[in-house]
Amino acid sequence: MGQTLSEKIISRAAGHEVQAGDLAVVQVAMTMTVNSIAESVIKVLRQELGAKRVHDPERVALFVDHVAPACNPATADGQVLLRRFALEEGIDRLYDVGRGICHQLMIEEGLVQPGTVALGSDSHATTYGAIGAFGTGMGATDIALAFARGKTWLKVPESIKVQVHGAFSPGTTAKDLILWLIGRLGAEGASYRAVEFHGMEGSSLASRMTVCSMTTEMGAKAGLVPPDDLIRQHYPVPGWLYPDADARYVQEIMIDRSKIQPQVSLPHQVDRVAPVSQVQGVQVHQVFLGSCTNGRLEDLHLAASMLSGRHIARGVRLLVIPASHRVLADAVADGTMSILLAAGATVGTPGCGPCLGRHLGVLGAGEVCLSTSNRNFQGRMGSPEASIYLGSPATAAATALAGFIADPREYWQ
Amino acid sequence: MGKVWKFGDDVDTDQILPGRYAPYLTGEAALARHAFIEHRPEFARAVRAGDIILAGRNFGCGSSREYAPLALKRCGIAAIVARSFARIFFRNALNLGIPLFESETAAQEIADGQEVELDVAQGMLVAGERAFPLRPPPAFVCEILHQGGIVEYYRKHGRFPGEPDP
Repeated sequence: MGQTLSEKIISRAAGHEVQAGDLAVVQVAMTMTVNSIAESVIKVLRQELGAKRVHDPERVALFVDHVAPACNPATADGQVLLRRFALEEGIDRLYDVGRGICHQLMIEEGLVQPGTVALGSDSHATTYGAIGAFGTGMGATDIALAFARGKTWLKVPESIKVQVHGAFSPGTTAKDLILWLIGRLGAEGASYRAVEFHGMEGSSLASRMTVCSMTTEMGAKAGLVPPDDLIRQHYPVPGWLYPDADARYVQEIMIDRSKIQPQVSLPHQVDRVAPVSQVQGVQVHQVFLGSCTNGRLEDLHLAASMLSGRHIARGVRLLVIPASHRVLADAVADGTMSILLAAGATVGTPGCGPCLGRHLGVLGAGEVCLSTSNRNFQGRMGSPEASIYLGSPATAAATALAGFIADPREYWQ
Repeated sequence: MGKVWKFGDDVDTDQILPGRYAPYLTGEAALARHAFIEHRPEFARAVRAGDIILAGRNFGCGSSREYAPLALKRCGIAAIVARSFARIFFRNALNLGIPLFESETAAQEIADGQEVELDVAQGMLVAGERAFPLRPPPAFVCEILHQGGIVEYYRKHGRFPGEPDP
């Protein structure tokens, strides 16, 4: 029988043929951790496992992106520890304060390659499926074991096939598609499974990353897009890296992009999804444009196209945090930043920003935020009495202009 | 015997241990004090070693932060019984040696605060006159739990689950 994309990648990494349900031990091409988790990883690696060195420093990447620059001495100490670890282990791939978000850099810097297994100590490692890698998130102990062995063990997931067709109508984006899908399947609708997106030709790499990153919000182990010419232009794609026509899927879903309307997740669950028209008018205090889900140049361009020549509403803060230093530099070079600043935006250091509620835009009690990030759990971005709505960069721009949740189609220009 | 702490569906990692109370911000020693600090503030104050968490569907969804299950372990939680678990949380808790069981009925029929007895070997949760069978975990899960976690398992066997002996 044919294989899904995940089965093919895991078979290669295991060195023998596997199918969904098998327990497999696989070669991990790249394992990454971030400063908020690294201390735990290092402790397990050195104290509990007694490992003298990481297995292969060439297959490890380290990022200082969660609360960077540091906000207090404890956080600063953790970052010092990570830098020392990189030196001691001879790990060259340390991306320090301001370089950007781990997942963005994993792809932007070519740290992850199509057809390989890559692990991250962060759930949004599913992002790597955008270039046809099997990326999955694990906890500190699993990451430490992968550092020590260069391998991990996993159960080969069943796959859900999402067949996409049609074109988005103006003001609607890949974020709306993935929010709609999460609303349809629910927070555990893809639990333990991989989600394979077909028909994504014509979709940018940035859009694919948005879609794959959020598959974890429905419990998915991985989210993947079979590589096409767009990916081949930038990454080496092995000839075998395609899902077989007779691969077995546990569920198939068709999505007509032209029928998708702008969507938002309502507080406090990602899968409480509604068309933006249903919550139009909810007063907002902060708009956050950024995160590994929507902090790329494409997202900034979209927002700038709507904010150009206009100004955000009184009483609203628009925080723009580019996903990487390169995104920031490109947005400065092509004039996007000037447009955003003229519209009243505040720009922060590339990194995770307020998505995780620890600095750079923490919410107070009673505040409402429209965020392009990926989680709206209660207390996620600060006070448990704050409310977070998730939406696309276009919805974010419209909302910043209006001062309340607004339909981007009404502000399209 | 332990007391039941009952929770609903989709309890996320920010409810279990909010990011702002992560060990890298507040120190690892304080972890147990911060379990459910905002979602259920009385939990960390009143929980006793041997207590059991009983939850609905998709327990532990969200972040890969291992310090969420670690906080529950530090509180002395003896087991978590849920209708279903989120994938990363399940694996993290298993790695830390926290017994996890699925049960469709226990979470619906046992009341919050009720005294229960967990028989891990028999896969049974006993509440007063009633016994709730727990879905037996796969063999490799039982073996990891038997060793007390994945680090102990790996140190003992020198290999991962699913891998031939070295």
